[in-house]
Amino acid sequence: MLRWIVWRDLMLAWRRRSDMLSTVFFFVIVVSLFPLGIGPETQLLRTIAPGVVWVAALLASMLSLGRLFANDYQDGTLEQLLLTPQPLFLVVLGKTLAHWIVAEVPLVLIAPLVGVQFDLTKETLWILFVSLLLGTPVLSLIGSVGAALTLGLRGGGVLISILVLPLYIPALIFGAGAVEASIMGSTPSAHLSLLGAFAIVSLLFSPWATAAALRISLE
Amino acid sequence: MDCLLSVTIGARRTTKILEVSKLGCVRGDRRLFSGVDFSVAPGTFVQLTGPNGSGKTSLLRILCGLLPPAEGQITWEGANIRSLGEEYVAVVTYLGHRHGIKDELSASENLRITNALNGIPLSKERALEALGQMGLAGRESLPARLLSEGQRRRVALARLLVCNTKLWLLDEVLTSLDKAAVTLVRSLIENHLNGGGIVIVATHQELEVAAGRTKRLELTT
Amino acid sequence: MYRFCFHPGPLRQPSGYLWSEIIADCQLPIADLNGRAADANELAMGSQKLAIKMNLYKYASPANFYPLAGKMIPWFAIPAALLFATGLFVGFFIAPSDFQQGDAYRIIFIHVPAAWMGMFLYILMAIYAGIGWAFNARLSSMMASSLAVTGAMFTALSLITGAFWGKPTWGTWWVWDARMTSTLILMFLYIGFISLQAAIDDPRRADRAGAVLALVGVINVPIIYFSVQWWNTLHQGATIRILQKPTIKGSMLAALLIMLAACWLYSVAVVLIRLRCIILEREQNASRFAEVGV
Repeated sequence: MLRWIVWRDLMLAWRRRSDMLSTVFFFVIVVSLFPLGIGPETQLLRTIAPGVVWVAALLASMLSLGRLFANDYQDGTLEQLLLTPQPLFLVVLGKTLAHWIVAEVPLVLIAPLVGVQFDLTKETLWILFVSLLLGTPVLSLIGSVGAALTLGLRGGGVLISILVLPLYIPALIFGAGAVEASIMGSTPSAHLSLLGAFAIVSLLFSPWATAAALRISLE
Repeated sequence: MDCLLSVTIGARRTTKILEVSKLGCVRGDRRLFSGVDFSVAPGTFVQLTGPNGSGKTSLLRILCGLLPPAEGQITWEGANIRSLGEEYVAVVTYLGHRHGIKDELSASENLRITNALNGIPLSKERALEALGQMGLAGRESLPARLLSEGQRRRVALARLLVCNTKLWLLDEVLTSLDKAAVTLVRSLIENHLNGGGIVIVATHQELEVAAGRTKRLELTT
Repeated sequence: MYRFCFHPGPLRQPSGYLWSEIIADCQLPIADLNGRAADANELAMGSQKLAIKMNLYKYASPANFYPLAGKMIPWFAIPAALLFATGLFVGFFIAPSDFQQGDAYRIIFIHVPAAWMGMFLYILMAIYAGIGWAFNARLSSMMASSLAVTGAMFTALSLITGAFWGKPTWGTWWVWDARMTSTLILMFLYIGFISLQAAIDDPRRADRAGAVLALVGVINVPIIYFSVQWWNTLHQGATIRILQKPTIKGSMLAALLIMLAACWLYSVAVVLIRLRCIILEREQNASRFAEVGV
């Protein structure tokens, strides 16, 4: 059953390809703004790179979260999903997985290219890729709670950001920390393990919270 | 304000499987209705009428479990629907105001996916057949956004042909339908009633069906 | 009319009673409790325990809790004012100057209690919101909404006083040490909760959505705190800990505890005042208010 929901969402995203691409473009543009704002000095850029790339990934995720449930809510398919005999948390898990594949994986793939702008070494680019790979599921999972809570409300994307960004901070600290450790030459394994642990905790708790929030929003 | 309940029953009693007792609903600050009591036997068509804002949609949403009532309870075959959970959901089909159709998917894809999610796999042929019966022959593969409002409503109604649930809750499904489509819906409902199902319809238009018993429930503000 | 509430009011816990006892007793046909407590007491004259239980559950209804809250407020507000005065006097005039930080450290007598209150009130808010959601208790949810604002205020106070502490001690208005950063994030969590409830029109949906957010936040708070500690130690290296508390002497500890008690009493008083306003706003359609005489 999970399969059907994931496949449905992937097909829908494919037929609205422009949405997917716009998230990636936003990410690239935001990352490029920082050198423009700060200055092109290589050493400085190398220092700020982990934080900048991670924060840009967070912001790009924020933008895409609005689409997670809003579309289904507006055309009535979301309440139909609540009325299937499937446990709601499976439905949520499926939609979150599809969202991750569509909105986050492109970011993860593009990030090393963007990291080249900051003169990062190959090992660091690899750590950047891995940290985002581990961290972006967290973004989708925790973000889904925010998206479900704010269904149908005015204030939309900004409200989701206010709710969800503080909850992302551990992922940001561990993820950016891992890349930074790699730049400094020390091992990022501790950071990555903690990030992985945080991802697993989110996986265990978020779908339930999101399911509860969906029921509340659809009353 | 309290609601006024008027019930006309067509024939003798049989075992009731859906029982609603002392149902009350509060939305925001307003009390929509309270003290709603009725019970329904298989093969009954319940027509829910009332002016705009009287709580028809809310009553249907309470019946399908999306909205918890402020007071009262609903039992299906003797068990509270809250405790039945997914078992109850499996016997209900709810068609609401909004179609429940994805615009980017074609009519047949919509139908097949909805059915798959409800646990009833639907083959491509059966889907095309059902859509043909609903008068959409030749348009099954178009994305739904290219269909007219009435055609989208027909796609939503096609679900009734391929689902095997006992209780149908239909909320204002006759809007944007032409006369032919309304006749189609009437025959769908009649077939379902003959098969022992229950249909509860919230509607502004009068819908006469020639099968089963008819109950009228009127909610007034 | 049989009236029974299965949940205790937020400030009254029926300790020592078994749940089954309470539920069984509540189902006795007693006259309507709201506004007719005298009759309920008369009927329950034979059983003193029963009368006490009935009175407790009566206050779970917002309309009945309103006058009780009004009576309680002075009992907390006046001691709070007295304790504030005492605590500030002891802290500013009696406690000795610190060896390292001079007199500038005295701001901790406001900063530390405020920080603790911010933290406690968030947890309390999450508990009340959770109870309000689980038991469908409106009063509990209103309590959570009321706590949020006071908690946010204390957190903001702790941030501002932290800045005032940092300037003379370390030369900058803001330092990114673990405690200040965690307090800042706590402020964001409060803002999120308040914004979410403000954005939702339907009060019950606002209550429940807030409960989900508060519970998710409470689970996250230890994780956030740990990650900020981690981040801070990584970037600190060998530098000494900023904003270190001076060694605590007897009078300093006394002043801190007095101020903490004062903050608690103040919180109770202010939260009850705000709760009464929230009750008025939300229960304006309830006819019971006419009986209570509001």
